[in-house]
Parts: sequence; C-alpha cells; structure tokens
Amino acid sequence: MRRAPLALVIPAVLGLAFLVLPLVGLVVRAPWASLPRRLAEPGVVSALVLSLQTATLATVLCLVFGVPLAWLLARADFPGRRLVRALVTVPLVLPPVVGGVALLLVFGRRGLVGSWLGFSLPFTTAGVVVAEAFVAMPFLVIAVEGALRGADARYEEAAATLGASRWVAFTRVTLPLVAPGIAAGAVLCWARALGEFGATITFAGNFPGRTQTMPLAVYLALETDLQSAIVLSLILLGVSVAILAALRDRWIG
Amino acid sequence: MRRLLGLLLVLSGCGVPANGAVTVFAAASLTEAFTRIAAESGLNVRFNFAGSAALAAQIDQGAPADVFASATRITIDGVAPVAFAKNQLVIAVAKGNPKGLNELSDLMRPDVKVALCAQQVPCGAAAKKALASVAVQPVTLEQDVKAALSKLKLGEVDAAVVYRTDVRASPDVEGIEFPESADAINEYQIAVLKESPNRAGAQAFVDYVRSEKGMAALVAAGFQR
Repeated sequence: MRRAPLALVIPAVLGLAFLVLPLVGLVVRAPWASLPRRLAEPGVVSALVLSLQTATLATVLCLVFGVPLAWLLARADFPGRRLVRALVTVPLVLPPVVGGVALLLVFGRRGLVGSWLGFSLPFTTAGVVVAEAFVAMPFLVIAVEGALRGADARYEEAAATLGASRWVAFTRVTLPLVAPGIAAGAVLCWARALGEFGATITFAGNFPGRTQTMPLAVYLALETDLQSAIVLSLILLGVSVAILAALRDRWIG
Repeated sequence: MRRLLGLLLVLSGCGVPANGAVTVFAAASLTEAFTRIAAESGLNVRFNFAGSAALAAQIDQGAPADVFASATRITIDGVAPVAFAKNQLVIAVAKGNPKGLNELSDLMRPDVKVALCAQQVPCGAAAKKALASVAVQPVTLEQDVKAALSKLKLGEVDAAVVYRTDVRASPDVEGIEFPESADAINEYQIAVLKESPNRAGAQAFVDYVRSEKGMAALVAAGFQR
C-alpha cells in the first residue's frame, strides 16, 4: 500500500478529532457507577424502545415513498424537475422546530389536511413517526438519487430490449444495482430520525411512553440533572452505534 | 437556546461594567415587567433574562452580575434574598372559552385536551402540586411554559395550565383562575449579589422594584404582591 499524502492525512485526522472529542467529553464526564441503576429506570427503557420503533417505522415510510421519488428525479424527464429536487431538500434547511409548526398547520386538528382527516396526529406515536420521516426523508432521497445516477442505465435498456417492462426492469435490474446506495441512504435516514428532537416535540408533544423519545428525555433531564442527561445520551449513542455496526456486518459485509 | 444566548451575553459582557450600569439576571417571566421598571426608574440597567436555574448556574460559574431575580427561592451563600412578587397558575383557554371551562375538574372532561409543563421545569412542578386533587390526563408535558401556551394558540389543545403573567402577555388567550392554584404559588425573590461590582446601583434597582411604582408595574404584568 502506498503512503497516504500528508496533505490529506492531517486534515482528515483533525476532522475526526473534531467529531470524536465531544463524544470523549460525554464518556469522561459520565457517572459510570450509576449507569446500571439508571438503565433500569422504567422511563428510560420505554423512551429507548419508542425511539427505536419510531425511527425504524419512519425509515420504512421513507423507503416506500422516497425510493420512487429518487427514481423519478434520476430517470424520468418532466418539467420542473429542478424545482422538485430543490423542494425535496427543504426539510434539510428548515429548522426542525419550524418543520414541526408547519406539520401542525397541515396535519394538526385545524390543519389543512388534519381538519378533514377524521383523526388527530399530534400527541400520538404516529405523529412522532410522521415528524421523524419529514426530517429524515431528504437524506434517503438524495443518497438513492446519487446511486441511481451513478448506476449504468444501459443495463435497464438491455432489460427493456429483452422484453422486460419498465416495472420489471426497475425491480429486477435497477433495485439490485443500487441496493448499496439504498442501504446507505436508509442508515442515514434512520440515524437522523433517531436523533430527531425539534420537529418531534413541536408536532407530537412530549408524553412518556407515547411520544417521549430519547432526545426529548435527554432535553428534559438537562433541566434538572446533568448526570442523568449524559447517561441517557450515552445509552442512545451506544445502542444506535451497536445496531448500525451489526447491520453493516450483516448486509454490507 | 435561551441558556446559550445568556451564556454568550455573559461572555461578551465580561469585565468592567459601563458607566454606572447595573447588570440584572432575571427570570424570563419577568421580562415585560422588569423592562418597564428599568425604563421608568431611569437607571442604566442591562438585563440577562433566562430560566432561573440557568441563571443560578451562570452566577455560580462567576458571571459578573449585580442583581439576581429568580422565580424560585434563591440559595446562594452570603446572599440575603427578599420576596417581592408572586405568580399563580391559571387555566389558559382560547379567547371566548369555546369549551366553556369553569373549574379545574372540567379539565377531566374527555372532550378537553390539556397541555401541562413537564415536571422537570418550574411550571410543571407547580402544576403537579396544584392538580394533585384531580385526575387530569394531559396529552403532552411541554418543555416550558411558552411551549405549552403555543400548543393552545395553535389550537392543538383546549386548555393549558400556565402562569397568569403568560396569559396577561398573550392577547389571544384568556385565563381561568382556580382556587387549587393557591397550593402552588411561585414566590419570586430578588437579591444583590455578594460579588456585585456595582453595589450602590444594584441596591437602587432592588429598592425601585420594591417601591410602589415597581409593584404597580409587576401587578400590571399579572404578578401579585
């Protein structure tokens, strides 16, 4: 293996340090002795389980709607495509709290859609999933669109000349081709959903066992008990990193 | 965020006070009343408004403040705080009280969605005490009193238990008093700090707050004597 040039190594190491140091701060200041006791508190487990469930459901939602959207952006030719692509990134730019207010104005009980929906999304677990999906979907769409653009369209054309319909070509040729891109996008999407705070607390409120995810529990713990907030953060970090590492070994190898 | 802003303010305001300026750290709920008091008093006052707990932490870390006015009891060594105002919980409802709520037990009605503050913040701790006698099932426990109020303003809940001063500051909501809130009155305390760089100015501000004129401004904002 050739030596990596210093001009790349030095900024890379600095960048890594910048990302890892805050984590070191958490680990150093954590009250390790009380960790098992705090982990056993019922509120912690329910917040953690709720976080994992809602982030996973939000990711599924994003896959169902986001992959077709990415395909449309990468493969279909229609007027206003640039505008659509810009609109997809809106949740990235929007402060999440504003996103939460915007969701209330649409899906709230007096919202544009919510008023004739017949059921109310705010203050429900479904509302948490919706808030997380809103904020996380752009990550999936952008990653999958990039993968589709990188994939060679000639394979799809070959499938078409052999008589495959566009749907069959999509499911049998395109999807397997961009599977790594979809997996990477889903991981980003899941991670973003797991850490979601602003849109969730604004749109879905905060109620233990129903809408209180780990980031919300951490924020409220900060009001009274810094140590407890640090422990909760580490639990969330530990579990999410463990899950991502396990998935990587299984799927991406 | 408010906490971070407060910290930045402190950091940037480090060092010597401007000519005769008094630096006052005050609970966020005092914003309207204290701004008015400072203007009326003619004193040169600089404010840092934030949650009482955050302010106490900043003072503890050596922030250069002259006066501390807290929404709860002040416990700082060598400081003699005095109580100067009280704030009470009310049931906030939309203007016109569309659900016809009259008393605390109405919050138990199944058609009434209620927002409370989380127990970890002062308004939630007070609400827990005041609502001890009724089995209210809130739909959400908000992170601070303003968030609870905004859920009401957006129409997502029918009632929110907040401070009377918050209702007074919001034209589009009205407040319903309830006797049970007498069990959970917040007592505001004010003190000149031990390390104050401007003790004379600090005392002048505290005296003005406790004068008839200061009290009138506080009462106008919804506080009680």
